Order: sequence, then structure tokens, then C-alpha cells
Amino acid sequence: MMTFADLVQSFYAFTTSWGIPYLVFALVVMTIQVGVVIGYIAVAAMFLIWWERKISAHIQVRFGPMRVGGWHGWAQSIADGIKLLLKEDIIPAGADRVVFVLAPMVVFASSLAAYVTIPWGPGLIVRDLNIGILYMVSISSLAVVGIIMAGWSSNNKYSVLGAIRSAAQAVSYEVPMVVALLGPVMLAGTMSMGKLVEAQARGSWLGILPGWFVFPQILAFLIYFICALAECNRLPFDIPEAESELVAGFHVEYSGMRFAIFFLAEYANMFTVSAIATTLFLGGWHGWWVRLPGLSPELSQGLFGLAWFQGKCYFLIFVMMWLRWTLARIRVDQLMDFSWKVLLPLSFANLVITGWVLVAGRQVLLIVLGILLVLALAIGLAVRGRGRAAAGVVRG
Amino acid sequence: MIPLSHFLILSAILFSVGVFGALTRRNAVAILMSIELMLNAANLSFVAFARYLPQTQLQGQVFAIFVIAIAAAEAAVALAIVLGLYRNFKTVNVDEINLMKW
Amino acid sequence: METKLAIFYVLAAFTLWAAGIVVLGKNIVRAAVALIFAFCGVAGLYVLLEAEFLAAVQVLIYVGGITILLLFAIMLTSRIGATAARVVNDQVVLSAIAGVGLLAGLCYAALEGIPALVGPPRLPETSPFLGRALLTTYALPFEVVSVLLLAGMVGAIVLARKES
Repeated sequence: MMTFADLVQSFYAFTTSWGIPYLVFALVVMTIQVGVVIGYIAVAAMFLIWWERKISAHIQVRFGPMRVGGWHGWAQSIADGIKLLLKEDIIPAGADRVVFVLAPMVVFASSLAAYVTIPWGPGLIVRDLNIGILYMVSISSLAVVGIIMAGWSSNNKYSVLGAIRSAAQAVSYEVPMVVALLGPVMLAGTMSMGKLVEAQARGSWLGILPGWFVFPQILAFLIYFICALAECNRLPFDIPEAESELVAGFHVEYSGMRFAIFFLAEYANMFTVSAIATTLFLGGWHGWWVRLPGLSPELSQGLFGLAWFQGKCYFLIFVMMWLRWTLARIRVDQLMDFSWKVLLPLSFANLVITGWVLVAGRQVLLIVLGILLVLALAIGLAVRGRGRAAAGVVRG
Repeated sequence: MIPLSHFLILSAILFSVGVFGALTRRNAVAILMSIELMLNAANLSFVAFARYLPQTQLQGQVFAIFVIAIAAAEAAVALAIVLGLYRNFKTVNVDEINLMKW
Repeated sequence: METKLAIFYVLAAFTLWAAGIVVLGKNIVRAAVALIFAFCGVAGLYVLLEAEFLAAVQVLIYVGGITILLLFAIMLTSRIGATAARVVNDQVVLSAIAGVGLLAGLCYAALEGIPALVGPPRLPETSPFLGRALLTTYALPFEVVSVLLLAGMVGAIVLARKES
């Protein structure tokens, strides 16, 4: 059986034997890769929409879609997609047409472009850029611009408010997110997504745990996950889309296909941040595998790797959806406070400690743990003392 | 191989466009945008030289990083000033902000 | 025509078209969107120059930070659909002459003053190189720029604060 690289090589040999220049070959391969990725995003987003409705329903002790397509309404997303396609395309009067039309495209393009460096399996990346994770972060920051464009061009007060809040939230949570991501990058010594997974695939912690970076970087993982929730505008950071506050926030004036693009982009973004978390912290496609009968070891590892990656990503997405229907929305000022006063100092502390341990060796870890223990004790005593003093006062 | 002069001429055109914009636009924010264009043109020159000169430490790219950082700080302060202007004059049209002219 | 040269011309045309809209556009929001395109064009040119770290940083900081700042300022200081009566002020002719003169001078310098240079062999990765350079040779400017950014942040907050 051939591996993916062999397939590409044989295709190249085929085209050069006909005298076709390398450029045509490269473009055809790129188009096929892009087509596969877009196909995956479309199917995955539709699945995620259905899954979200099912999960939210079961958390709220009801059933969710049950009719469309028979078994548990699996075709609900397809029906919704067809409905959205057939809706009237309304552009509000007084809206800036060019910017209004461009905004969903910018948001979707940035969500889509991040799929270039996602490592689906061993050797299965569209392009393993050597600045992989930095590229994904910078492309994701383009979506914020699209959101502002959407909010502003709708000529609607609620849209503008939603857009400003969303931009402020996204920009504030981007900083601790990037600093938290630097932890695993320092551990692996590279920013390339493929090499990050390979750095976790070898070795293990204490001999029994797999060599994933979540174990030494649990704080960074939690910080990254919280910031990822905020980047996707998911509850509890739901202010930009708060149905009970701002109608629908920055996309209130969008209907039909344009709204479908925003919706698709949101779920594509959810998958992207889960993929980043999986790659950097949970070991990507690395996992237990056996050689399946009749297939080569590389192919077996590839198939198992694909399954592991998808499983880990969808588990994280499940946690995101679970949190959405469990936690309350936090206020805008609490949101900003949390990002700048809690997450950012914690992420810097993580960065400093990681660097220190990497340079000075493992013994430093004991010193750091000792300091943290003393700090935790001191903070705990201070909080208890304050609580006892204010025992009789009604807390606001 | 793209000749170095191509990049330098492109950088020169971008810079001149930025200079024209900074000198003629009336909206204060638009002047700032033209200044950002000028900074980008200069960065492009730096990075082009970093690629084409035999250097040991990629000085051009390091300098470009510093220019980006300074541009960010400058944009923040300049926009704060523009907001202050708007609060006091109710306009960001620089032609109408002439209290200090004789 | 070689592929890289063709890509260079496409990116250059795109960047210059976007820059033209920034400088001459009536609607300020459209000018800001065109500025985003100009930044992305320049990022593409950085990739062509094998400065991939800088290209990612350019998109992250310029598009993801400075453009958002500019859009916030535009949102707070103008109304939607407002186009100025005149885009340019009275000094158009003089500025155009100055711009063209500057362009002529720079092009002359670019074509005559610099010998034909051949690029050195390309580095496999620029990021570790840049990281090392920033923290060893250029450590002092690095720290000074951090202080500058802090001062800029504090200054911006103080200047933009509402007087209570």
C-alpha cells in the first residue's frame, strides 16, 4: 500500500511524463487538498450543529431534533442548510454594501485558512509550515476584523455594540492565549505543528503517562482552553452574541446564506481551537495503535492516528458545548478583569517557570513547587481571615 | 530570482503614496493610516536588504520587528490623541483644528 | 515568466491598489479595509522574501491589532456612510510634486546606488535565528522597546480617559 507521499510522487511523475510544467501539477494538488479540507469543514460543521442541539437538549432534559431523517433527526442540519440557502438576501437600508458583503467572507476565510497546518495524522498536513502555530494564531486574529466590519456596516446600534464588545473580548483574550501557547512551543523547541506532535510522540512522563504536554503544562492548557472559549464567542463569554441582550450581536442584520457563513465560520473556528489544543497539549494524533492485518504499519498507524485526532478534538468540542449549557454568562467588566488581571499574569508565570525549568533542570521544579505551596498557603490563610472578619456582613 | 531593485522600487512607490496621503488627507485617522503605509514601505526595504545582503544576523528583519513594535505604540498614542481631539472639537478634520494658528 | 516574479507582480499590484484606496478613498471605513488588504499584501511579500516569521508577526500585529485600533477610532469619531465633501486638502498639487520627486529620488538610488546583489543561501528557519538575535545582540533595544510599549499603553489610557 502506498503512503500519501508516494501517491503525490506518482501523480507528479505522471504529469511530467506528459510534459506538463510543475506549476500545473502543484496547483492541481493544492486544489484537491483545499477541496478535501472544505468538504471536511462543511460536513463537520453540519455534524457539530446537530450535535450541539442534541447535547443541549439532553442537558436540558428534552430530546432535540427527532424527526428529520428518522433516527434522532440526523438530517436536521441538511434541512437547515437548504432553508438558509433559499432565504431572501436582505441588505439593510443605509448599510455600507461593500463592507457588509465582505465581512462574512473575511471571517470565513480566516477560519478556513487556519486548516492549512492542522496535523490530521502522521504526515497528513496540508503544509507543515515551520511557523505553524504562529500562523494559525495570526490568521485567527483576522476574524476579529471581519466581526467589526460586520457590526459597523449593518447600520444598527446593537450590531455596533456587539461588534465592539466582541473585538474587545477577542483582543483581550488573544494575549494570554498566545503566551500560554508558548509553553509547549518551548518544550518542543519548534513551532511546526507536525514536529510538535512528534515531540510528544516520543518519551513519556514517569514511564506510564504518554508524553503529551498537558501533564507538565496543565496550567497553560487550562488558560488556553478558557481563552479559546472566549475567542469563539462561546458561553460563558457569550456577550457578543447574547441573545437576551443584544438580539444577535454583530450578525443581527445578516440573513440567509450570509448568516450561514457566519454560523459555519463559528463552528469551523471551534474545531480549529480544539485542534490546536489537541496538537499542542493532548498529543495530536499520537495514541495506542496496533498493526491491522493486511495493512502496512505506516497505514495502520495513520488510521489509528486519524481516529485518535478526531476523537480528541471532538471530546474537547463536547466539553465546550457542555460548558455552554452549564455556566452563566459573565459580564463585560468581569470578562476584561478576568483576562487582564488573572489569565495574563498566570500565563506569564507559566512561561517564566517553564523557561526556568528548561534551562536549570528538573531540580528547579522542586524549588518552584515549594514556593507555590508557600504562596498557596499564604493566600488561603489571607482569604480565610478576610472571610471570618466579614462573616456578619452581607456580601454583594 | 527577483532582482533587489524590484523590491526597492515597490517600497519607494508605497512610501511616496504614503507621503502623499499624509500630506493631503483631511481626516486625522486617514493621516495615521498613510503613516502606517510609510512604515510598512520602510519595513519592506529592510526585509529586502536582509534577504539580499550577506548578513550574519538578519539585522534587517530584527529592525523590521522593532519598527512594527514602535508603530503599534505610536498608533495607540496617536489614536488616543485623535479621540481627545474629537471630544474637544467634535470633528477629526485637521483643517478645522486651528486654534493654535496665528 | 518565472513563477516567483509573476507572484511578485500580482502582490505588488494588489498592495499598490489597496494603498491607492487608502490614500484617495472617500469613505474612511473602506479606506481602513483597504489598509488591511495592503498589510496582507506586504505580508505576502515578506513570505516571498523568505521572512515567514515576520509575515506572521505582520498579520498578527498590524491586522490583528493596529487595524482594530484604527477601526475603533473610526467608529468613535464618524458616522456610517459619512463621506467627506473633499478628500484632499488645498495642498494637493504641492504634495503630488513632493511625492513624485521623492519617488524619483528613491528610484534613482535603488537603480544606480546599489550594486547588483545576489541573495545568500537561504536559511532553513528564521525564527530561532531571530529569537537568538533579539535576546543576545539586540537585548538592550528589546528591553527599551518593551518600556516604550508600556509607556505607550499608559499614555494612551491617560489621554483617552473620560474626564470624570
